[in-house]
Amino acid sequence: MSDPLSLLPSPAQVELLDERGQLTDDDRFVRPSHERLLSAYASLVTARRINEQCSALVRQGRLAVYPSSHGQEACQVAVAASLRDTDWLFPTYRDTVAVIERGVPASETIVELRGDWHMGYDPLAYRVGPQSTPLATQLLHAVGVAQAAKFRGESTVVLAMCGDGATSEGDFHEALNFAAVFKVPVVFFVQNNEFAISVPLSRQTAAPSLAHKAVGYGMPGERVDGNDVAALLAVLDIAVDSARAGDGPSLIEAHTYRMQAHTNADDDTRYRERKEVQRWIARDPLTRLRTYLRAEQVLTDTLEAEFAEAAEVVAAELREATSQDLDLDPESLFTHVYAERPAMLDAQWRMLQDEIDRTEVAS
Amino acid sequence: MSSQTLTMAAALNLALADALEADPSTLIFGEDVGALGGVFRITDGLTARFGEDRCFDTPLAESGIVGTAIGMAMNGMRPIIEMQFDAFAYPAFEQIASHVAKLGNRTRGATRLPLVIRIPFGGGIGGVEHHCDSSEAYYAHTPGLTVVSPSTPQEAYSLLRAAIDSPDPVVFMEPKKLYWSKGEVDTSLTAELRKAQVVREGSDVTLIAYGPSVAIALEAAEAQAAEGRSVQVVDVRTLTPFDDATVCAAVRSTGRAVVIAEAQGFASVASEIQARVFEQCFEHLEAPVRKVTGFDIPFAPPKLEHWYLPDADRIIDAIDSLHWEG
Repeated sequence: MSDPLSLLPSPAQVELLDERGQLTDDDRFVRPSHERLLSAYASLVTARRINEQCSALVRQGRLAVYPSSHGQEACQVAVAASLRDTDWLFPTYRDTVAVIERGVPASETIVELRGDWHMGYDPLAYRVGPQSTPLATQLLHAVGVAQAAKFRGESTVVLAMCGDGATSEGDFHEALNFAAVFKVPVVFFVQNNEFAISVPLSRQTAAPSLAHKAVGYGMPGERVDGNDVAALLAVLDIAVDSARAGDGPSLIEAHTYRMQAHTNADDDTRYRERKEVQRWIARDPLTRLRTYLRAEQVLTDTLEAEFAEAAEVVAAELREATSQDLDLDPESLFTHVYAERPAMLDAQWRMLQDEIDRTEVAS
Repeated sequence: MSSQTLTMAAALNLALADALEADPSTLIFGEDVGALGGVFRITDGLTARFGEDRCFDTPLAESGIVGTAIGMAMNGMRPIIEMQFDAFAYPAFEQIASHVAKLGNRTRGATRLPLVIRIPFGGGIGGVEHHCDSSEAYYAHTPGLTVVSPSTPQEAYSLLRAAIDSPDPVVFMEPKKLYWSKGEVDTSLTAELRKAQVVREGSDVTLIAYGPSVAIALEAAEAQAAEGRSVQVVDVRTLTPFDDATVCAAVRSTGRAVVIAEAQGFASVASEIQARVFEQCFEHLEAPVRKVTGFDIPFAPPKLEHWYLPDADRIIDAIDSLHWEG
């Protein structure tokens, strides 16, 4: 058993690039290369554009709902960038950007938000768990996926995401406990954006930080500035490499902020002050990295234009995916419940089919 | 392959061993299933024979057991997990209802979950509170789940093998009071899921039962035979997806039916079967379809249990009420 103190997070959250775009003097971590940071910046530009475009589509009535990760793009980009193709990502309902960054086509990612099915991509094909709404339940699925990979001797790492609210759920506890007891290659990534709808972090935990919970399971925990993609990549690299080397799971708490309301249906003026939200504008993940990369003369006007163009391609794909009225097939309600549709459901589909036929005849 | 006399516990143990032998992607886990062999010894000897990778103990956390089984099934394994007692499975209910049942549908068939959740259920062992429940209605009400209950050691062997081989998730409800009952088991006999079976021919009345109630139904049938009544018994086997065809054909052949189950009657599987039979067989019925179930009370304490459990006498009273005159 490791020395318990070594499992505790650093006294302050890890930050390599501060909000002014200046390098900090934290020399404990390998700073990501300029090349990697430039690639991350390109992803951040696309990520921001995805958030803006999806929010716009909700206002236009083309998407039923969009839980935005506006302001949290550093987390969304870093998790995808830290994994290999053969690794797995388990997102929450707010991690649409991470899912797209991971390689799932934008049009497949938003099927659930469009309302025509519960999800739109094949989890096994992309190695991305479904974005479903129950909280923390997916953490156990992530552990099971990792257990199966370990059983077969594969070098797979599973990155399991959840929010600050989800850390209160029983499945969070059970998942971390199982992962540590079975020494499974999972990195638990908690995006602490300070709110679970309207409920603040102080109502979720009395622990010194969410990262401090790790020691209770016998795994290391670290807390990171969740708006600093450099720090996120550095800390994620250690966690992912460690899991891949067989050292077991770890917990990363990324402190960020949910810049918008829970979804378009939420009224956040009822529970937080505008000036608190505004304070976080200065901590924007794109601003600080752009400042740094421009100062280093790594980011040029040409590259910025290129990145903006690439972001527009994804935005266009999202608009395209929500612009047509889809041909929905009611029989699909019955087709997938079991591997083979049972007689019971054959009868029910025939009944619905008859209703549809009579409605069409009448109209 | 010749048959051997086995207890239901031994038959289940054999099915698990044969499944682990046949398919390297199967594995067993749960509380106390490893060195102890399970509190009912159903997994006895499996860790010794197949190793800790194939049969192992988990932390004491039912949601964790089911949740990790889901992940393993997503990633190429066929988990066969054990809930220690049926009331202890409730912490796992969200994972079962929101994910085990729905993931195949949610992914339009891309991700099927070939897992089996084994649950000892029912009373008749003098167990204290929470050790004798019948929770099958919660699972049967959840689309996407296949719910199965064996009535004999042979059924236990064959249905468990079928459940393990199924591409769909199966909740396998094992009547714990029958674990030590004995019967002939021929491992070459297979059983089909979603198929009920007539286990006793008869022409006057059809008794429809599953799990621990089949034996009681047969007891009632034998007693009635001495009174000159010919009683047919149907073993439902798969509670859902339900085999309307076999059950209704049986009822139409006799014109009278009683559904028997140990669970509390209100909003039960027995009620569902009663309603389906009424609806589909009405023109052939000589009398209302009756049901004989547990009372709508929390399961009785050990010393009062015998008042709660449906027995042959209660079944015969129900048969007697089926409009025999004129």
